[in-house]
Amino acid sequence: MGEAIVVTSGKGGVGKTTTTANLGTALALMDKKVCLIDTDIGLRNLDVVMGLENRIIYDIVDVIEERCKLSQALIRDKRFDTLALLPAAQTRDKSAVTRDGMLAIVQELKQEYDYILIDCPAGIEQGFQNAIAGADEAIVVTTPEKSSVRDADRIIGLIEQEEMNRPRLIINRIRQQMMSDGDALDIDDVVQLLSIDLLGIVIDSDDVIKASNSGEPVAITPKNKASLAYRNIARRILGESVPLQSLEQEKGMFQKMKSLFSRRS
Amino acid sequence: MTRGNQPCITIKGTKDGLTFYIDDDTPFSEVIEELTKTLTTTDFLEDSSEQAVAVTLHLGYRYVSKAQRNQLKQLIEEHTRFYIEQFDSNVISKNEAETWFDEMEVKSITQIVRSGQIVEVTGDLLLIGDVNPGGQVRATGNIYILGHLYGIAHAGIYGNEQATIAASYMNPTQLRIAHYLSRAPDYETEGTYMECAYLDNETDKIVIDRLQVLPYVRKKNRKIEGGRSDG
Repeated sequence: MGEAIVVTSGKGGVGKTTTTANLGTALALMDKKVCLIDTDIGLRNLDVVMGLENRIIYDIVDVIEERCKLSQALIRDKRFDTLALLPAAQTRDKSAVTRDGMLAIVQELKQEYDYILIDCPAGIEQGFQNAIAGADEAIVVTTPEKSSVRDADRIIGLIEQEEMNRPRLIINRIRQQMMSDGDALDIDDVVQLLSIDLLGIVIDSDDVIKASNSGEPVAITPKNKASLAYRNIARRILGESVPLQSLEQEKGMFQKMKSLFSRRS
Repeated sequence: MTRGNQPCITIKGTKDGLTFYIDDDTPFSEVIEELTKTLTTTDFLEDSSEQAVAVTLHLGYRYVSKAQRNQLKQLIEEHTRFYIEQFDSNVISKNEAETWFDEMEVKSITQIVRSGQIVEVTGDLLLIGDVNPGGQVRATGNIYILGHLYGIAHAGIYGNEQATIAASYMNPTQLRIAHYLSRAPDYETEGTYMECAYLDNETDKIVIDRLQVLPYVRKKNRKIEGGRSDG
């Protein structure tokens, strides 16, 4: 029996879809059977980030409205046999999916897959309600920005009222320079305010955007800091205890570099 | 009208006005009857000075409903220049007692009040946890927060201006006491530890001060056994 994890944030544009794609890829790299579900009906893009857009024939609404079987709508990833995607519909809106329909799909997928990652749309309306319907766990993604943290707080409040395990936090798009200068919120500040467990931190990297554009999740490429961060998070999801790429270490790195430069000059 | 020749209404004068003692064994209808008689026949009531006189009605162990109170009030204020200052009774209804108890009680809640959430209680609120920005706590009485206050705290929501707000860490978006409001400044501020907020009578504004000041501004909360609390 698999585990269903919803990736949510409240605010848009903080990296839910990127996180879902990369965690899915990282888990598949560790030989887990993973299914990704895009629940952003009408504004789908998980398929684009995964580079699977051209393979879509049926979507989640077709499954719910019984125009096809669930297995027909699933798209096998082009890199990993153990990774699949259930795409969202592009021509409909959030009301085309119900909580019950969603629950049934997740239940069915849990039989076959180890992890079901649900990419949640922004907002707290129907789309959010649908996305969390079948989930056992929740990952809340935020950036070190006030507005994003505020929305994450709201989302955590809503999740706490559901019968779900305590949500865990990913702080995304960390810019070391800004954080060490005190221009962005501190990791500790964010964690202290939201008071949930920190699952991981991901630095802001151009490679993530590049990878998204080319339809190859960054988690595939080793030796990238963001990629490593996603792999670490995947390992933590599997229950391993992996030390955090802590701010202090990163600060240390930065200072090392700085001192390196200053020595040269 | 009388019981064993005892009148059921005794009137006594005090320095604050008159006190009517109404015997609690006599049926209410008889009380009304005798009161009417007393008010219309007793001379000194009519001869009293021009000034309106404050009257306290002492009802003993009789329970008097709201309608009955109005009836008594009307009767007295119709016949004299007196006005009813207060009803003094040894008994209250179960409902009133429950409401009273509810308002006196400290409700303790263990929760993080997150953005978009509102916690409201009758009585005092003891919150063990934080109030995050966008979250709100409301109480008819005082608010005590064992945690961080970043959001909005509203004490004395039904107009109790004596209500206070105390928090382990104070950095609120807004503080409200009764119908008064104070908000955070527009620039970023560091919060402060162990502080309280109360309404200052002189300036008519919400004041924030060290927690230790609270006993001096709200004296009635001080009750200490084994020490002189009256001094």
